[in-house]
Amino acid sequence: MPVVIVDGQEIEIGADERLNCIEAARRAGKEIPHYCWHPGLSVVASCRMCLIETGQRDTATGKITMVPKLVPGCQTPVKDGTVIVTESQLVKDSRARVEEALLIDHPIDCPICDKAGECLLQDYHFEHGQPERRADLQPFHSRKRDVGPTVTLFVDRCIMCTRCVRFTREIAGTAELMVTSRGAKEEIDVFPGHPLANKLSGNVVDLCPVGALGDKDFLYQQRVWFLKREANVCGGCSAGCSIHTEHNQDAVYRLKPRENPHVNKWWICDEGRYGWHHLHDQARILDATRKATTPGHRGDGGTPATESIEWADVVVKLRDDLKAAGRLAVAVSPMLTVEEAWMLCAVAKSIDPEAFLALGFVPTQGADESFPGGFTIRAEKCPNRKGVEEVLAVYAAGGRSWDDLVAHVAAGKADAAWITAGYPGPWIDTAAADAFADLGQLVVQDLFDSPLMRLATWRLPATGFAERSGTWVNVAHHAQAFRQAIRPPAGVWPEGRLFWNMLGRRGLYDPIAVRQQVATSSAAFAALAGELPATGVDLRLHQIA
Amino acid sequence: MQPFKPVLLEAVGVPDGHTIASYKSRGGYAPLEATLAGKQPADVIEMVKSSGLRGRGGAGFPTGLKWTFLPKDHPGPIYLCINADESEPGTFNNRILMEDDPHQVIEGIILSSFATRASTAYLYLRYEYPKSWHRLQGAIDEAYAAGYLGKNIRGSGFSLDVYLHRGAAAYICGEETGLIESLEGKRAWPRIKPPFPAIEGLFRKPTVVNNIETMACVAQIARRGVDWFKSIGVPADPANPRDPGSYGPKLYCLSGHVEKPGCYEAALGITARELIDRFGGGVWKGRKAKAVIPGGISMGLMTESELDTPLDFAGPGKVGCLGLGTAAVVVIDDQTSIVDFLHNSARFFAHESCGQCTPCREGTSWSLRILERIKAGKGRLKDLDILLELGTTMGMMPGSTICGLADGAAWPMKNAIKKFRGEFEDYIKRTNPSGWMVTDPVPALQIVGAH
Repeated sequence: MPVVIVDGQEIEIGADERLNCIEAARRAGKEIPHYCWHPGLSVVASCRMCLIETGQRDTATGKITMVPKLVPGCQTPVKDGTVIVTESQLVKDSRARVEEALLIDHPIDCPICDKAGECLLQDYHFEHGQPERRADLQPFHSRKRDVGPTVTLFVDRCIMCTRCVRFTREIAGTAELMVTSRGAKEEIDVFPGHPLANKLSGNVVDLCPVGALGDKDFLYQQRVWFLKREANVCGGCSAGCSIHTEHNQDAVYRLKPRENPHVNKWWICDEGRYGWHHLHDQARILDATRKATTPGHRGDGGTPATESIEWADVVVKLRDDLKAAGRLAVAVSPMLTVEEAWMLCAVAKSIDPEAFLALGFVPTQGADESFPGGFTIRAEKCPNRKGVEEVLAVYAAGGRSWDDLVAHVAAGKADAAWITAGYPGPWIDTAAADAFADLGQLVVQDLFDSPLMRLATWRLPATGFAERSGTWVNVAHHAQAFRQAIRPPAGVWPEGRLFWNMLGRRGLYDPIAVRQQVATSSAAFAALAGELPATGVDLRLHQIA
Repeated sequence: MQPFKPVLLEAVGVPDGHTIASYKSRGGYAPLEATLAGKQPADVIEMVKSSGLRGRGGAGFPTGLKWTFLPKDHPGPIYLCINADESEPGTFNNRILMEDDPHQVIEGIILSSFATRASTAYLYLRYEYPKSWHRLQGAIDEAYAAGYLGKNIRGSGFSLDVYLHRGAAAYICGEETGLIESLEGKRAWPRIKPPFPAIEGLFRKPTVVNNIETMACVAQIARRGVDWFKSIGVPADPANPRDPGSYGPKLYCLSGHVEKPGCYEAALGITARELIDRFGGGVWKGRKAKAVIPGGISMGLMTESELDTPLDFAGPGKVGCLGLGTAAVVVIDDQTSIVDFLHNSARFFAHESCGQCTPCREGTSWSLRILERIKAGKGRLKDLDILLELGTTMGMMPGSTICGLADGAAWPMKNAIKKFRGEFEDYIKRTNPSGWMVTDPVPALQIVGAH
C-alpha cells in the first residue's frame, strides 16, 4: 500500500486511490485550508490558500527531497512516499498573507452578512490570519446585485474562488455565471438578460465559501448559529437526495445537501431545496375529525357536521368504524416510510384480513431531467414508491397500483377505503374523487384539503418529510434511514405513531424496532437490518450478496 | 564584441522587403524546399537542438528540447501556436519582424510545424498591431499562392494551415497557457501545470507555443546552418551544467532615455553599456543612466554600476534581475524618480493582472495603492517593507501563483526597493515629514466616533 507522510505521520492510502494533498492530509487528521477546491468541481488552484510544502521520500534510501517552493495541495496528487508539510513557518506565513490579501477589498460586514458563523473567510482568518490589518485601504461598500430568481450576489464579499462559475459550467451545464473585468476589479456576474435560473441554482450558495452568494429564500431569516441540523432525506422526488434539514424551534429554515456519493454527491435541486414551505403552510389540516352522521352524496344539502376526535380515541374508533363498514381497500402512499407502510398494511389486515392493499397515488411531473454533472431530477414526485411496492409484495399485494384501487372501489368491491396521501400539493380532482363517493367509510389522511378530503368520513392530518422518522427507498433501490427533524404541528400524530398504536404496541413509536422487523420479513429488505450507514444501503446489492 | 551583420533584420530598409519575391531573392524558402524534399522531422528537431536555440519569448527555454516533449507517435492533431502577443512594455522586436519580414517568420513556422508534425498553426497576434496584421495576412496569402502553405506542400505530403488570430489586447494572453485559453475562446486565465501544453494544450491536444523571433531564428538556422548560429553568442558556462548557453543573434529593443532608440540586432551577450553606447548613441542629453531595465519591465532593474552585465540568458540573473526576458532595454536617466518608475510599473501590473490567483490579484493592486499614497506625500518607511514583502512572496518562483506574471510584477518592486531604497526613503521623508516614521497600521476602517 502506498504510504504518504503528513507532518511526519505515515498514513496508508489505497493502491488505486487518486488523492490530492488536501484529501491525503485529511486522512491524517490535518485540515489544509482551501477555498477554490471542491471535490465535485475541476481544480483551478487559484485561491492559493492550500499552499503547502511537499517532497518525495526515496523508497530505496529513505532520503527525502523537498520541492524548493510552495505548491497547491489541491493540485498536487500524492503517491507512495509523498511528504506533506502543512505546519511549517513558510506555510503559515503564506496562509496569513493570502488571508490578508483576501480581506483587503472585503467589506468586512460580518454583522449584516448571512454567512457569518459558517464563513470560511472568518474561520480561516481566526485560524490562519494575522491580528493586524496592514492594508491602508478603505474597504468599499457592500454592493449587491440580483443575479437570478434564487440568488443575490454581494459583489464585494466575493473572493473570486470561481466555484459558482465552475458549478454552472460543469454540473448544471448552463454557464450563466462568469467573471468580468480583470485583476482586483474583477467580479462575478451574469450576462444581461441571462439570469442564473437553472434548476440547480441554489447549490452555488452552498458552494460559496464566503457571503457573496445569498439565498433569497433564507436571506436574513435566521442567524446560522441558531440553526440545528438533522440528517434527513428529501421527499421531493424519487431521487431521495440526502439533505440536512436546518431548523430552529420546530421551524425549518433551509435545506442543505448532505454529501452522499451513492445518491446526490454534493448537490440538490432547487425544487427540493425550497420544497419545505408546505410544512409551515397555514392551510394544513391539523385536527382528526369524523363526520357526525353517515355521509351522503355530495350536493345532497350541505356538509354534515363534523366532530373532532382525540388521537387516543382515533385509535379505537377508526378501527371500529372500518370493521363495521366491511370490505376495506387501502392506498399506501409512496410518501410513507417503509416502516409506516409496513405497519399500515398490518393494521389493514388486522381489520379486514381480505383488505385490498394497493400503492397510493404516485405524483409525476414531466420526465426525468439529467444534468451534465450527473445529477438527475426525477419525474416521480414521491420519495418511496420502491419501498412501498416491496412492502406490498410482502403482503402479497405487489404490483397493485392506485388505478387498480380506484377500479376496485368503482366496481363496488369495497365498502370502506383508507387513503393515505401526504402530498405537498393538489393531487386529485373532483372527477377522480367521485369514485369514492359511495363508500360507507372513507378515511383520508393528507396534509391539505382536497376534493377527496371533502368526501371523507374520517379526516386525518398527515405529516411532512421533516416531521417523520423511518426509511425511504429511492428509485435506484437505495434505502436511507433518517430521523425526524422537527415535531409536527401541535397535536398531530405522525402516521407511524397512529399505526403503532392501532397495532396495539406499547410505548413510544420506535421506527428502528419496526425496521428490524421489516428486515426479517422479506429478503428484499434484508439489508435494512442493524445500523444503517448515514449514506444508506443498496437493497439489491445485499440481495445479491 | 564579434563583428556582426544583421541577419534577422536584413529586410529592414529593403524596398518591398516584406514581399515573397524579395524574401526569395535573399535566399528565403530555399531551405524549406530542401528540407521538405530530403529531410525528416527528426532532422529538423536535431538541427534546432544542436543549434542551442533558446526561446526568444522571455523565458529562454531551449526550443528543440521543448519540441521533444511532444508525445511520440501521437495520432494528432498537434498544434503550433505562435505567440505574437508582444505586450511586455518596451518590447517591439516581433513587430519589426512581422512588419518588415513576415516571410522569414512564416518559413520558420512551416519548418517548425514540419518538425513537430503539426498540421495547423495559429498565429496569435496582439490587437494593437494593425500593420503587422495586414502584412502577415498578406504574407500568408502569398505563401498559400506559392504553394508553401496548404495541402501537400511542394509534393512532400506535408500539409499545413496557418490561421492568423487577432487577440483582444491583454498582457496575460502572452502567457502561453493564457494564450491557449484565449484561442479557445475563453477568458485568458493561465492554466495550472502539469499538464504542460506539449502534452495537453490547445483543444486538449499536444501543442507547442513559440515566439515570433524564435521562428525567424529557425528559418535562419535552416538557411545558414547550425555552425553559423553557434558561432554567435555566449557558449555554455562549463561550471554550470544547467546552462545551455546563449547562442545566436538577438533583437534588442532599446528605448527610454537614449539618443537613438530602436530595435538593434546584436550577438547575445552584448553588455547593456555597449548596447546603449554603440547602438543607442548613449544616454540622452549627455546625462548618466540611473537604472536600466534589461529585458522588459518585468525583469527588474540594473543600476548604472551593473551595466557591464552581458545581456545573455544568464547575465541579468547574476545581478538580481529576473532574466533576459524579451531583451527590451529601457534606459532611465539620472533625473528620473525611481518612485515614479515603480508607480508606473505597479500601475501596469495592477491593470494587467488577470485576477486568478489571490496573491497577484490583491498584491498588484495593493502595491499600486501603497505607491499612490507614497506619491501623494503620505508614505511611511514601513511601506517599503510591505512592498518588499509583496515583491518577494508573489510569483511562480515562491510558488504562490500559477503563472509568471506575478514574478514579473514582483521583480521591479523588489529590485527597485533593494537597489534604490535610499531614494525611496529620501522621497518619503521629504514628502511626509510628519508621518514617515509612523509604524502603526494606517487606519483602514472609519471608526464611528462614539459619544
